[in-house]
Amino acid sequence: MINVSKIKKGLVLDHIEHGKGKMLYQALHLDEVEDPVVLMQGISSTTMGKKDLIKIETDLELDYTVLGLIAPHVTVNFIKDGQRARKMRLELPEVVEGVLKCHNPRCITGVEHVHKHKFYLVDPETATYICEYCDAKTRYE
Amino acid sequence: MLRHLIQPLDFTTEEFEQLFRLADQILENPSAYSDVCKGKLMASLFFEPSTRTRLSFESAMYRLGGQVVGFADAKVSSTAKGESLSDTLRTVENYCDIAAMRHPKEGAALLASKYMTTMPIINAGDGGHQHPTQTLTDLTTIRHYKGHFDHLTIGVCGDLKFGRTIHSLVRAMNRYDGVKFVFISPDELKMPQVFLDELDPQDYTETSNLKEAIKDLDILYMSRVQRERFVSEEEYLRLKDFFILDKEKMALARKDMLVLHPLPRVNEIHPEVDADPRAVYFQQARFGMYIRMALIMFLLGLGGQND
Repeated sequence: MINVSKIKKGLVLDHIEHGKGKMLYQALHLDEVEDPVVLMQGISSTTMGKKDLIKIETDLELDYTVLGLIAPHVTVNFIKDGQRARKMRLELPEVVEGVLKCHNPRCITGVEHVHKHKFYLVDPETATYICEYCDAKTRYE
Repeated sequence: MLRHLIQPLDFTTEEFEQLFRLADQILENPSAYSDVCKGKLMASLFFEPSTRTRLSFESAMYRLGGQVVGFADAKVSSTAKGESLSDTLRTVENYCDIAAMRHPKEGAALLASKYMTTMPIINAGDGGHQHPTQTLTDLTTIRHYKGHFDHLTIGVCGDLKFGRTIHSLVRAMNRYDGVKFVFISPDELKMPQVFLDELDPQDYTETSNLKEAIKDLDILYMSRVQRERFVSEEEYLRLKDFFILDKEKMALARKDMLVLHPLPRVNEIHPEVDADPRAVYFQQARFGMYIRMALIMFLLGLGGQND
């Protein structure tokens, strides 16, 4: 078994659905972070069978809206002095700003630049959002 | 505070009532309002052709003593040079006091309104999305003849799947007490589930038989059933007569049932129905102009607010 030592400070993203770790790594632009980042895939989990996990030894703040949108079931552990200081369960955000794109070909946002394009959550079961401009449904893919 | 009308539910039912009362007052005494907008300029920005709506807005502004500038086709606007919608609107805001805008893209009016600091925008139709002044027109007509909205049974007939005027009307009417809906359409053109989900299941029924349904209605709202919406010609021919309103079907209806239609009509209402006093679709266009007059005054802060 591969062992990765505990981090002193930073974040541990736990309970990432197996196979989604890499996607999360890319979406959060962790390749641009200069601090140590570890992506672990296929770890045994009693509740999930297999899971992915990301450790980041850093002071940086993550975009929790993006995180909640992509992986709403992830647990964020905040580590301080080698101990877990706080744990946060993510939820699907009610409003997502500047992350999703509208795929409706008739929507104005396809032809006009839109700053901070908002989407509103309409169905938490399927993580479906609607475009604030044309009401078309979309999901993060 | 700067207000716009982008979609029908932007205004509360109380604000709608203020508009209806103002429209009533204008109707009763048009000359008293013939120069309330003197010195005001309306931008009539039609990025997509429209006859009825554009003429209604422009007539409304002229009848209030205001003036109108604008274009009736995007080809003659700066859009043809590649200018963005937001830039066009920000420029127009320097010249005009209010704008009525139609655009082929959905959400265009909302986007434009976000850039405005002084000029109210009225959405005169954004693609197949919203057309709030048509809803206001429909409600004004109903209110004029029925005197109220509560406890009416309204049948909507035709293309319920793609008909944006129908979707808006249902949402707006659903804000009143005890309103019942009867959705009359072929299976291919049924009311989308997303709209049905907003209603109490006890408040609506669905059918494909206009002849049966017409007996219990206070209002029949007709719309076009388009041939191209059907997969087979056979199916279209089989169903089309079910949805043509004629004298025979009108005979089954209540004596005070109203027939509305957003127009233009094609075949769905036989011309023989035009002479029936219950057919009010041409009067509807007249109410459309008066309610637009009230709306322009309201958004310019010239009346309606505390009447």
